[in-house]
Amino acid sequence: MYVAVKGGEKAIDAAHRLLGEERRGNPDIPEITTTQIGEQLTLAVDRVMTEGSLYDRELAAVAIKQARGDLIEAIFLIRASRTTLPRYGYSTPIETSDMLIRRRISAAFKDMPGGQILGPTFDYTHRLLEFEASETPAAPVETGPADLDRTMPRVLDLIGAEGLIEAASSTSGEPGDLTREPLAFPADRDLRLQSLVRGDEGFLLALGYSTQRGYGRSHPFAGEIRYGEVAVSFTPEELGFEIEIGAIDITECEMINQFKGSAGVPPQFTRGYGLSFGQCERKAMSMALVDRALRVRELDEEQTAPAQDEEFVLSHADNVQATGFVEHLKLPHYVDFQAELELLRRLRREAQGLDQEAAE
Amino acid sequence: MTKPLLVAENISKYYDGRVACEKVNFELWPGEVLAIVGESGSGKTTLLKCLSMQIAPNAGRVLYSLRDGRTESLSDLSEAERRFLMRTDWGFVHQDPREGLRMGVSAGANVGERLMAVGERHYGRIRSTALDWLNRVEIAGDRIDESPRNYSGGMRQRLQIARNLVTAPRLVFMDEPTGGLDVSVQARLLDLLRGLVRTLGLSVVIVTHDLAVARLLSTRILVMQQGKVIETGLTDQVLEDPQAPYTQLLVSSVLQV
Amino acid sequence: MTTGYNFAYLNEQTKRMIRRALLKAVAIPGYQVPFASREMPMPYGWGTGGVQVTASILTPGDTLKVIDQGADDTTNAVSIRKFFVRTAGVATTEETEKASIIQTRHRVPEASLREDQILVYQVPIPEPLRFLEPRETETRKMHALEEYGIMHVKLYEDIARHGHIATAYAYPAKVNGRYVFDPSPIPKFDNPKLDDCAALQLFGAGREKRIYAVPPYTKVTSLDFEDHPFSVQKWEEPCALCGSTTTYLDEIILDDKGKRMFVCSDTDHCRKAQEKAA
Repeated sequence: MYVAVKGGEKAIDAAHRLLGEERRGNPDIPEITTTQIGEQLTLAVDRVMTEGSLYDRELAAVAIKQARGDLIEAIFLIRASRTTLPRYGYSTPIETSDMLIRRRISAAFKDMPGGQILGPTFDYTHRLLEFEASETPAAPVETGPADLDRTMPRVLDLIGAEGLIEAASSTSGEPGDLTREPLAFPADRDLRLQSLVRGDEGFLLALGYSTQRGYGRSHPFAGEIRYGEVAVSFTPEELGFEIEIGAIDITECEMINQFKGSAGVPPQFTRGYGLSFGQCERKAMSMALVDRALRVRELDEEQTAPAQDEEFVLSHADNVQATGFVEHLKLPHYVDFQAELELLRRLRREAQGLDQEAAE
Repeated sequence: MTKPLLVAENISKYYDGRVACEKVNFELWPGEVLAIVGESGSGKTTLLKCLSMQIAPNAGRVLYSLRDGRTESLSDLSEAERRFLMRTDWGFVHQDPREGLRMGVSAGANVGERLMAVGERHYGRIRSTALDWLNRVEIAGDRIDESPRNYSGGMRQRLQIARNLVTAPRLVFMDEPTGGLDVSVQARLLDLLRGLVRTLGLSVVIVTHDLAVARLLSTRILVMQQGKVIETGLTDQVLEDPQAPYTQLLVSSVLQV
Repeated sequence: MTTGYNFAYLNEQTKRMIRRALLKAVAIPGYQVPFASREMPMPYGWGTGGVQVTASILTPGDTLKVIDQGADDTTNAVSIRKFFVRTAGVATTEETEKASIIQTRHRVPEASLREDQILVYQVPIPEPLRFLEPRETETRKMHALEEYGIMHVKLYEDIARHGHIATAYAYPAKVNGRYVFDPSPIPKFDNPKLDDCAALQLFGAGREKRIYAVPPYTKVTSLDFEDHPFSVQKWEEPCALCGSTTTYLDEIILDDKGKRMFVCSDTDHCRKAQEKAA
């Protein structure tokens, strides 16, 4: 006698215990601490904060550990936790020109006020595995004269004076909030940028890359990439004035792109903008390329490539959404599958029936 | 008492300050076929798009006499009314049939779609109407379940015509309907179109660069050059005795071939 | 019950936002109301829409039943039920009659529902026009203008090719004579149960950020042609466990020689029928 499948609950509990065991690995090896992750896997932490939409290094480190290093899973943990947080209000806009610079480069100018600051970067390293990777430096790295003024003007502001580049768009009115109102199409740039910041690094990288290869070409120059610390301020209603509540590390990328001009607008350079928490340089650059590509409508350009298709890009950029829906295929679908089986059998029976009639 | 089906009043359209068409006026009467001719860049396609509400003119208006007898400016209609008009009372035959057909579904569904859009819910009737229309445009009935991808260029164009005419529209816009076809195929299509227009009493606005097409199909002609109408009149008259130097040039260079 | 979270996980601000969307959905049957779907602690596509709807309507006095594929003991149903036990501490049941809220994925219970019950559906793709027209801007317009001809084009193609309509689940229907909607991927067998149902039916799509509803006693008409009317699946044999001939059956493969049996997908209904017979 057949008995219907039972015991789902027990199986799930056992699977989760096994997961815990696998996560810990060999108990003879010391357990990794979240402090170590926060200090030594900083770029993983930065990515989880950026795409998780929550600036909290400690929580991100906890998430990475719990996710066994699966960053999309860690981002997912952060997002779910973020849902439960009450919203007290909005900070005043951060001012990136007042950034305490740790890195600042421009590919458009050889030199500019403030100079090129390389800072901590993989650029120009030879990608040779260092097997003796004890990285404790013998002595602290000399980063320049102590009195170096690390606040410096943004490169695009320097050329903006000549009118060669469009003004940084200041949207009239309050920017929207993607996490409070569902995205509707067509979406304005404020919402597009919010979407892109949360978007998957790999997806944006591939799309940005595609624009360079001719699918929606926009001739970009890395006008400026800067990374460092900016102050975050908040104006409590009951006080009525701004108070500084902390500082965050961010990366900002401003791309300069060609623009042929259109009705009433002479040819000029246009902007693509990228921003991330921490040092997610690849992400900020990709985002800037895609931001520019998505401006086809406002710049009256022809939409020909995937990266310019707002509904396509924004609907598929979020890796928490994407991974959920792809992985949901693991869930039971046997009711629908049964419906398809029944249909297919019937269609085949009918097809055979028809064949027989034809043969008679 | 009859009145014009469509009236164009001072239609002007500019791109980046450049004239695409300017101050175009005409009346289209029921059962009339109006040909808009001119060389490429003369503004005839822009004018057609303005008339059929695909683009908004910068100035002027298009009045249309609706089935219920009202005459309305098209830009005053709601989007719902406009879209309803487009799938019932109007047809639009594109030069490239791929723009006017659903290439992914069968010929029968292509013809039946407009019927279903206006509420027909009987499969058998939809199918027999589709068969009837395929027959009228000289497509064999046993090809009803094929995708237009399998069809030749001429067949696709005839299918597009059937798809448009199935809801008995009163007005059909045509944009170079014979443009992409071989000469022999063109002749057959023109013949078919002429027959359909006459038997159905259709009103047509047809854009063409080919004066032979205009002569064969149209009752009246409108010659455009650099966005402006430079000559208008009965087709026979204009082609026999062109007044404007440009029309004379067109007639002499084309019709004598 | 896990403390540290608000009752049923979502904060009250969020619940209010969702309830407003629900009210709008009930007021316009079948219309997809956009809502600011939150990230939930289970993945998108795993019932986040249904979970947010349930969390927003749940009260401490409710009795919750969760099914997936008609069964209470399937993995995802177990996981969601546990989530509400942990975060809301509500009573749960496997018996359809005893539940005040039933959250479901892919099935409608066989037993008919009452006015004091709410059925919450998990929806993956709420837009019935999506696979005919991928663009949201265009589908919104089509709904607004009631341009549904293309839905019938799909059905026409089925009949032209197969002799009958070949959609077996997620079968589109029209609500209250106005909006065409996707009843979620339930087998078309279940579509008639939505029509004139006494219970309130709520649909939540988390990833796609849409909520819609079928109020009690509302007309739900599955799309068809006059000469090819809508019909549901039938089985040649009864349920091997309870003998039912009127329920939706799952196929169980018994060996590698093609031997199989058919049993009710609604496990609670099947068990009840067996007890009655015994």
